[in-house]
Amino acid sequence: MTPVFYRVLRTRQETRDTFTLDLEPPAGTEVLRFSPGQFNMLYAFGVGEVPISVSGDPGRTRSLIHTIREVGAVTHAMRKLKRGDPLGVRGPFGNSWPVEEGFDRDVVIVAGGIGLAPLRPSLYSILTHREKYGRVVLLYGTRTPDDILFRKELESWRAHLDLSVHVTVDRAMASWRGSVGAVTSIIPRARFDSSSALVMICGPEAMMRFTVLELQNHGVGLDQIYVSTERNMKCAIGFCGHCQLGPTFVCKDGPIFRYDRIQPFFEIREI
Amino acid sequence: MTGQFSEQQRILESGHLQKLIEALSNSGHRIIGPTVRDGAIVYGDLNSADDLPSGWTDEQDGGTYHLKKRNDKALFGFNQGPDSWKKFLFPPRTRLWQADLKGKTPEITNEPATEQKMAFIGVRSCDLHAIDVQDRVFIQPAIANPSYQVRRQGAFIVAVNCGQAGGTCFCTSMNTGPRASKGYDLALTEIIEGERHYFLVQVGTERGLEMIEKVPTRSAGATELEKAKAVVARAAGQMGRQMDTTGIKDLLYRNYRNPRWENVASRCLTCANCTMVCPTCFCSTVEDVTNLKGDHAERWQRWDSCFTMDLSYIHGGSVRTSTKARYRQWMTHKLATWIDQFGTSGCVGCGRCITWCPVAIDITEEVRAIRESEERIEETTEGHHGNT
Amino acid sequence: METLRPILAEHPFFQNLEEHHLELIVGCASNVRFDAGDFVFRHGEQANQFYLIREGMVSLEMFVTGRGPVKVQTIGEGDILGWSWLVPPYRWMFDAHATELTRAVALDGKCLRNKSEQDHDLGYQLLKRFATVVQENLDAARLQILNIYEVSA
Repeated sequence: MTPVFYRVLRTRQETRDTFTLDLEPPAGTEVLRFSPGQFNMLYAFGVGEVPISVSGDPGRTRSLIHTIREVGAVTHAMRKLKRGDPLGVRGPFGNSWPVEEGFDRDVVIVAGGIGLAPLRPSLYSILTHREKYGRVVLLYGTRTPDDILFRKELESWRAHLDLSVHVTVDRAMASWRGSVGAVTSIIPRARFDSSSALVMICGPEAMMRFTVLELQNHGVGLDQIYVSTERNMKCAIGFCGHCQLGPTFVCKDGPIFRYDRIQPFFEIREI
Repeated sequence: MTGQFSEQQRILESGHLQKLIEALSNSGHRIIGPTVRDGAIVYGDLNSADDLPSGWTDEQDGGTYHLKKRNDKALFGFNQGPDSWKKFLFPPRTRLWQADLKGKTPEITNEPATEQKMAFIGVRSCDLHAIDVQDRVFIQPAIANPSYQVRRQGAFIVAVNCGQAGGTCFCTSMNTGPRASKGYDLALTEIIEGERHYFLVQVGTERGLEMIEKVPTRSAGATELEKAKAVVARAAGQMGRQMDTTGIKDLLYRNYRNPRWENVASRCLTCANCTMVCPTCFCSTVEDVTNLKGDHAERWQRWDSCFTMDLSYIHGGSVRTSTKARYRQWMTHKLATWIDQFGTSGCVGCGRCITWCPVAIDITEEVRAIRESEERIEETTEGHHGNT
Repeated sequence: METLRPILAEHPFFQNLEEHHLELIVGCASNVRFDAGDFVFRHGEQANQFYLIREGMVSLEMFVTGRGPVKVQTIGEGDILGWSWLVPPYRWMFDAHATELTRAVALDGKCLRNKSEQDHDLGYQLLKRFATVVQENLDAARLQILNIYEVSA
């Protein structure tokens, strides 16, 4: 598969190391359709290609939105892109968040750091059909208040009467008036039916593991929890062998897994 | 494939093998087969049957390989060398596409499919299975690797049944040989008795039949069929290694934390030889390169190995940094997770990884050690029960 | 003090106590209120109380020269604040600062310490409950110092 070159419509710096690109497709073509949780391989011409989850609304077809954290040469090149610059897109790849499994159930979304970006599309889907779901809770943890992603949007979500939003940081200065503590400490703040809720978690692997344990302590079953995993990817179509996690290829069997199915492998060090 | 052609068994005199090669060459095939080079028998282009390793054999063991002269003129009297047919079906370096920056928009030029079709001479049964294993990787129901598919469909396969087994062979343990049973166009069994030197030819496909009919052969007699069977039986009885594959998938799934991994890690150099010589290893990586002006870019694919730190690198570091984790990944993938991914084992018992490991790590011994470590734990538990 | 009994009895922290123990605890309880910006306690002060937060938020802080007060944890509605009253030398390690109007029930730690010396069953019940508080806080603190949201070098 070869990349299709989209064009940068808009760029926005979200936090000190994270930015969002708004992309339009080549003239005369439609924006690719994706499901929440899927990713594209984004190609910075001549530099390289990396897997990035789509962070926009799957129901919105005018442009393609990716939120990217600058961590290396390729993402550095992407941060330098300006309006009108080309960016190669291959995809969408991977499976998606099981949002429909949340019908008539409470839905709990737990995000850590940049993990809020791959989860945002599922929240958009839920809000588009809010009446189909029970209570909807968003728990978000990050390092400091300056690292809060999509802050304005979080505030507007919190203003919804039928959405419960709790944000916490690992540490803060005096000007922060919100919660300080690990993301696990805000789980008790949320009201949801632990025996039947659908839980979707995305963030650093350690954060996902300890969040799962904390949820278990609150009576949530491992078959109610979905996590999004990440591995090195080159081909994104199951040929190159890079993204293996035990017997699974994260690019096509994942990146989203029901926790009880991945647990034996997920908890082995350096697997 | 063989069923309908099982009546088609011919005898080809060794001197006429050249005619088969010519027939293949005249129909546009690039002829590839074993040849002696740099002290080993490797697969390369053949100009004629004279390029075959006539009268050569090899002696192999853990970390050991050298050629030895035979006392006959057998053309295929040796076992596996350091390379396999994956070198041709899944080349070590290929360009995927090129792109040029025209104004602000890059334009991609795909690679044209201009490769010549190939004829493989002397494919051993283990390698036939290895090709099938790689078919399952690259020709999948959902999405297939198009260039692999083209090369694969064009490849004419002349298999060879082994007449002897090597010091590191264990195809019988993996049910992959020594007799070629499927996946070939023609299969040869070399028989030498005194002055007589001929091949029993088994036809595998329609196009195999068409090709052999261009070459002088006569039909095989009962004694010749018996002799061919004896040749293969001799090889089956000489296996240098053995692997018990009973419940091997679950055995390895249970033992991710076995201390044996530390033991093998203390020996393993992570040199990646095993992955390069293995006929089923398929890890590859992609390199994006540009010219100095930055207006021309190319994407190249090349072989990779799970023994590199780079393979599992994600921002912040590699997932598998320790040697232990990387060796464990290779072995558990080859023997266990491969089964869940592709429906067969990834190992065909060719023994190359044992021969070409500089420190002679032996995959059959590692499996044995893990199995035995479980038996020791059972014994210990029983012992305690006895004492209380 | 009668008005505080139902508040304490309903709180999960004080469930399953024997009647006379609950009475003792209620006897050591009082209503307190902190305006936004008030200190509940300060680093170095004698620790003779603990608090059940009824509404509002208190943040545990440490003043770091050159950086200012750094918040390491917030304690909110329904949470228990403070265990230093249980462990000699009974001194607060951190500052506790009300970030908004906070109402709490203050429990007289010195009084409960003395009563626990006489009635070990009461002591055991209190220590059992505080072990959970300490464990949760310690786990959370360790997760916070992992600094998992950073991209490692």
